[in-house]
Amino acid sequence: MQKILFIDQEKCSGCRICESVCSLYHEKVCNPARGRIHIVKWETAGLYVPMVCQQCEIPLCEVVCPMHAIKRDGETGAMLIDYDLCVGCRLCVMFCPFGGINLDTKTGKVLKCDLCGGEPLCVMFCESQALQYLNATAINLRKRRAAAEKFSDLIKKMLPSV
Amino acid sequence: MVWKRRIAYINLTTGKIVVKPIPKEVRQLYLGGRGINMYLLYNHVKPEVDPLSPENCLFVGTGLLCGIPALGSGRCDIAAKSPITGGVGDSNIGGFFAPELRLAGFDHLAVSGKAEKPVYLWIDNGNIEIRDASHLWGKDTFETQDIIRKDNEDEEVKCLVIGVAGENLVRFANVRTGMKNSAGRTGMGCVMGSKNLKAIAAHGTMDIEFSHPDELLDYCREMNKMIMKTRWTRAQSRWGTLIIYSNTNTTGLVRTRNFQLNRLEEGEDLEPESMDKYTVGMSGCYGCTVHCRHRYILREGPYAPIFAEGPEYTSLGAFGTMVDCKKMETVLAANHLVNKYGLDTLETGGLIAWAMELYEKGIIDEKRTAGLKLEWGNEEVLFELITQIAHRKDFGNLLADGFKTAIAKIGKGSEYYAIQIKGMSNLHSDERPTPSLALGIATSTRGADHLRSRPAIDLYGLPEELLQEIYGAPVSSDYTSYEGKSRMVWWQELLYAVTDSIGICKFQTVFCAVHAPKWREFAKLIQLTTDMRITEAQLMEIGERIYTIERMFNLREGFSRKDDTLPERYFKEPTLTGLPIAKGKKIDKNKFEEMLNEYYTLHGWDEKGRPKKETLEKLGLDKEPSHKI
Repeated sequence: MQKILFIDQEKCSGCRICESVCSLYHEKVCNPARGRIHIVKWETAGLYVPMVCQQCEIPLCEVVCPMHAIKRDGETGAMLIDYDLCVGCRLCVMFCPFGGINLDTKTGKVLKCDLCGGEPLCVMFCESQALQYLNATAINLRKRRAAAEKFSDLIKKMLPSV
Repeated sequence: MVWKRRIAYINLTTGKIVVKPIPKEVRQLYLGGRGINMYLLYNHVKPEVDPLSPENCLFVGTGLLCGIPALGSGRCDIAAKSPITGGVGDSNIGGFFAPELRLAGFDHLAVSGKAEKPVYLWIDNGNIEIRDASHLWGKDTFETQDIIRKDNEDEEVKCLVIGVAGENLVRFANVRTGMKNSAGRTGMGCVMGSKNLKAIAAHGTMDIEFSHPDELLDYCREMNKMIMKTRWTRAQSRWGTLIIYSNTNTTGLVRTRNFQLNRLEEGEDLEPESMDKYTVGMSGCYGCTVHCRHRYILREGPYAPIFAEGPEYTSLGAFGTMVDCKKMETVLAANHLVNKYGLDTLETGGLIAWAMELYEKGIIDEKRTAGLKLEWGNEEVLFELITQIAHRKDFGNLLADGFKTAIAKIGKGSEYYAIQIKGMSNLHSDERPTPSLALGIATSTRGADHLRSRPAIDLYGLPEELLQEIYGAPVSSDYTSYEGKSRMVWWQELLYAVTDSIGICKFQTVFCAVHAPKWREFAKLIQLTTDMRITEAQLMEIGERIYTIERMFNLREGFSRKDDTLPERYFKEPTLTGLPIAKGKKIDKNKFEEMLNEYYTLHGWDEKGRPKKETLEKLGLDKEPSHKI
């Protein structure tokens, strides 16, 4: 079972460490604009949502790429760009429903998450565990448990004597 | 290149902008952030300049390590001559502005002169524009940031802004960024207001380069693990700085009713657990794994609805214990209000608490307060006074000038009740049982203040072997003792000077956590980011240089040994409550003076607190000012 980069938005503290380590690891500089992950913020509402490539089951980026430059890595499941084939037409940027592919402001290249070859650094650095690298079964169970917890809280409130 | 970073000199009178590189030799002496700002302050602000005149300069600086994914590396240092003390003005702010400024191509800004009409600075990938801010004048600190983002159709813009308090030249107006972060102390927002500078906005997509990126990544991970292993940090991640309240209040280290008691009785609602019903999550500054601030919502009650971030431990004092308000809800609402106006919480709370005591003592009456009944715990009066101060109306106008002027105007022995040093209010901590903390607020170069030196770990009663290992000589593990405490303060002053200059958060060094990164780790981080090889001893010397140049600035403005003291009440009135160890305590004047002598000796200053000739030579300060930048 391949692992999935799982985002628990409620836990994100907005510290931008993921953006910084992503650009440091891939581009050897600190520059969130050249990272593959981005925390979208509504500061005055206190809302932070990390946005990154979802490595979709039906990847539109792959479908629209006229050069067939985007392919799935058999081991990690990450959609990878073959820069020898990529002509920089940016169709993938246009079609990705999440903004999961972005443009390198310096080189004009398109950038996307490659799961760091199976050990995503953003996950390693995310102290609040808003980013986790889990297998799909674990994600399902975790989600259900969290929902059940809320449900049992509700029951406790309805029956104060319990 | 790691060394291409620059400083911009912006003259708001002429509109002229000059950009220069920051030479490596200046970095080797002052690192960045506060260090370089203090060097600039000493060299660019001439003696006896009026803090509100165009001749005063405002310096904004990023730390040397700014941008690394660790230790809260997004700290920004803001300095100028202080409108409160007339000495060193310097305030440090977290959030996301400093990295954005660096990504926009600048490490430091030096703003001089005065704009004819309200302006804001727009900084974008190496360019700086002075733009009209007429439409922002009168807006609160949140609205201002939203409007700038909207105007520029750019949600990623980070801003330093002032509120109406800064516009109205309230002497202790602060500078703010985001929802929570404030450069609170020494009135830097007032200096911005005096220059008609409403905001500094930055957005950049330029690279921040480091010498050894791969090793740096590994080491940053190690640093984050090191700090998250400490118990203090884990508690702070859950409760924020409010965690300090329980222990200090139980012990009897919290000033209540201005300075009448050292513990708030029946103040359970101010315990950190009370935040649970308001908190929706925690939020962190740039590069921080701790995330110490609450995102809170007041859904019901007289002040609802409010969404905000905070509050700090110090706000619990400012709008809780000192004014004898015992409700978390009041603190949260007051915290939000001062943040909107852009007022320093500590100074605001300190002044209101003082006024309440003067009212109780009959030194001021309703004629003076324009009808306000300044009774302890009166929430209505608290909110009214905050608003009056921000708008410089009625009695608030008198307080808006800060302690020095208010004392002179009120007279009648009001000075005795003012818990201030060098003109700046102390926070709500009561240092009578703790000589080390007391010495620290007395010697601080920016007036009564805990963030220049507070050796909070003194309160833990650590084994003396461990204290000796940290401080390099014997230090008593009893926090009520005077033994070795001057050394503690001196050592922490050097550490914090360096911490503020490399631009990391004080909570991620030896402040409240014992086993936190310090000299050795700092030296390694400097090497990995800039390739500068600086030894631990050299780092301490840099701290000494920064602290000494601050001292020189204050001496030049007429400060002397007599200003390194405590409010009279610390020596006269013993504490009335608290645990047996903290009860009945006051500061022994003779022992205090002895501590001060030892402290001066450690710094290499003479008995009057002036740096000795050999100290200046050793630090290379004998040839100042050198105007390298």
